[in-house]
Amino acid sequence: MTVVAVVLAVLLVASVTLAITGGPTNITPAEVWGSVAHHLGFGASPLPELRDGIVWQLRLPRVLTAAAVGAGLAVSGAVMQAVTRNPLADPYLLGLSSGASLGAVAVLLLGASVLLPVAAFVGAMLALGVTLLLANSLGRITPSRTVLAGIAVSALASAITSLVIFWTVTGDSYREILNWLLGSLAGARWPEVGIAFAAILIAGAPILLSGRTLDAFAFGDVSAAGLGINVQRSRWVLLTITALLTGAMVSVSGSIGFVGLVLPHAVRLLVGPGHRALLPLSALVGGIFLVWADTLARTVFDPRELPVGIVTALIGAPVFAFLLARRRADS
Amino acid sequence: MSRGAASEAGGAGTGGLDASRVDIRIDGTLIIDGVDCTVEDGTFSALLGPNGAGKSTLLAVLAGIERADAGSIRFGGAELHELPRRQRARTVSFVEQEATTELALTVRQVIALGRTPYQSLWGDQSADDADAVTAALESTGLTPFAERRFLSLSGGERQRVMLAKALAQDPLLLLLDEPTNHLDVSAQLSTLALIRSLSETGAGDRRGMTVLAALHDLNLAAAYCDHVIVLRAGTVFAAGATEEVLTAELVREVYGVRADVLRNPATGRPVIAFSAPD
Repeated sequence: MTVVAVVLAVLLVASVTLAITGGPTNITPAEVWGSVAHHLGFGASPLPELRDGIVWQLRLPRVLTAAAVGAGLAVSGAVMQAVTRNPLADPYLLGLSSGASLGAVAVLLLGASVLLPVAAFVGAMLALGVTLLLANSLGRITPSRTVLAGIAVSALASAITSLVIFWTVTGDSYREILNWLLGSLAGARWPEVGIAFAAILIAGAPILLSGRTLDAFAFGDVSAAGLGINVQRSRWVLLTITALLTGAMVSVSGSIGFVGLVLPHAVRLLVGPGHRALLPLSALVGGIFLVWADTLARTVFDPRELPVGIVTALIGAPVFAFLLARRRADS
Repeated sequence: MSRGAASEAGGAGTGGLDASRVDIRIDGTLIIDGVDCTVEDGTFSALLGPNGAGKSTLLAVLAGIERADAGSIRFGGAELHELPRRQRARTVSFVEQEATTELALTVRQVIALGRTPYQSLWGDQSADDADAVTAALESTGLTPFAERRFLSLSGGERQRVMLAKALAQDPLLLLLDEPTNHLDVSAQLSTLALIRSLSETGAGDRRGMTVLAALHDLNLAAAYCDHVIVLRAGTVFAAGATEEVLTAELVREVYGVRADVLRNPATGRPVIAFSAPD
């Protein structure tokens, strides 16, 4: 695991560097690091002011935000899949992301005086609560019922979000709506980097320490309780932390789908289902994945930009279909 | 190796499981009504009774997984529900019916889950953990299966893995819910012989475990168990030495079928032949 982690960490740093060089203005990796060193107080920037500004003011914060959001969403997915014992669980499919978007948009556009990430967290928690209540009212909570309930909650939250944007934004409201519903990192600057990394630091520690607890959920609640786990408390604490993480990520990027669903499955294929390896590696792979997805979104149709959620859905939706088909074979 | 504190706290003469006046309600309905049951230290008892008598519910409460609404459950003199969770998980193992997972775990990884109550949040497996897993693999005959995927195993093999996981917990009290369900005859006999040997000698060089298993099959109980506890509609109908309790009258009253108690010519244990009520 340590070797894999080191390789992935190197890949993440390389991805961040390369992603900054990509795009209309040609910038070399050496110039990127030179510019970063300059802003951290070491030496002069190798770049003229305008291009240095592109690196430091635009691309670096955007790429760092992508890395943090990817990491946060992937870890959230891994935790949700474990505590709900649902391989289809993910912040997007269970409605947390849409709920968080609604919370964030309400603050931004209706001017509620709450911190943006807090509003997004409240939105995510409410959406999760409604999803689980709805799934429960359909009968015994099963993975498929939970996803169905999540889709209903997600559709409603997205519709209200769109409506709020439509009423309040004058001008290009459709672009705004798309950015929140499909996700976009185009607006990410240093404050967004701050929010995303603060969330990773605050939520990361308790999540990384929950590896053995999540492992104990493998055979269900009774088995976990028999192994000395406080099942209800662990589940709600971890889901709350997940909602916090998702809320913070959505507040800086809109709701980006499928990262939380697909990447933990990919990492399990690589290192097996043990959560002490799965959680940190999912974070690294999620970071790498979203950095490249966003680079694609930014450069493929240059100068026009795709919402990054389109790229993640194009990759993630077929994988989701594959997971569904495999479940059918199992049951 | 650290064992449950219950045995140390209890001292001599107070060993074993001792539940008294246990009430359990589910959604307000009284499922278990004033049940007393004792299982002596180092013996193997069967929990019998028709479907719906409350066997599984009672076991989950005795294991400390669900709470009783009234009554006391002591093991080795200590109140089980008052032990800290991890301490309790080092004292009692519970093998549920047909637990399964979606994860691609190997047999060894599943059994290693049994070490959870001994492990810190982050540290790696200790030498004790590795030894306990190896011992559990050996005593259940699963060593050749150690690196196989749990999900690739048959029902009977999976049941064995769950038993091995419970043994890796290194318990003093072992509770099993229908451990022979869906097993073929040979697997039923070998599973119960293994459980009986655990109650006699424990795993490895340790003293025997106290074992209580819910069983459907009265003949398996008659062949392997020292004592039986018969539940009917949430109350104890009879309890005591197997041969004294499992009589033709009891079977007729509790299960509503005619029974004749014979002797197994090979083992000398009681065998019950059933026929439709006259």
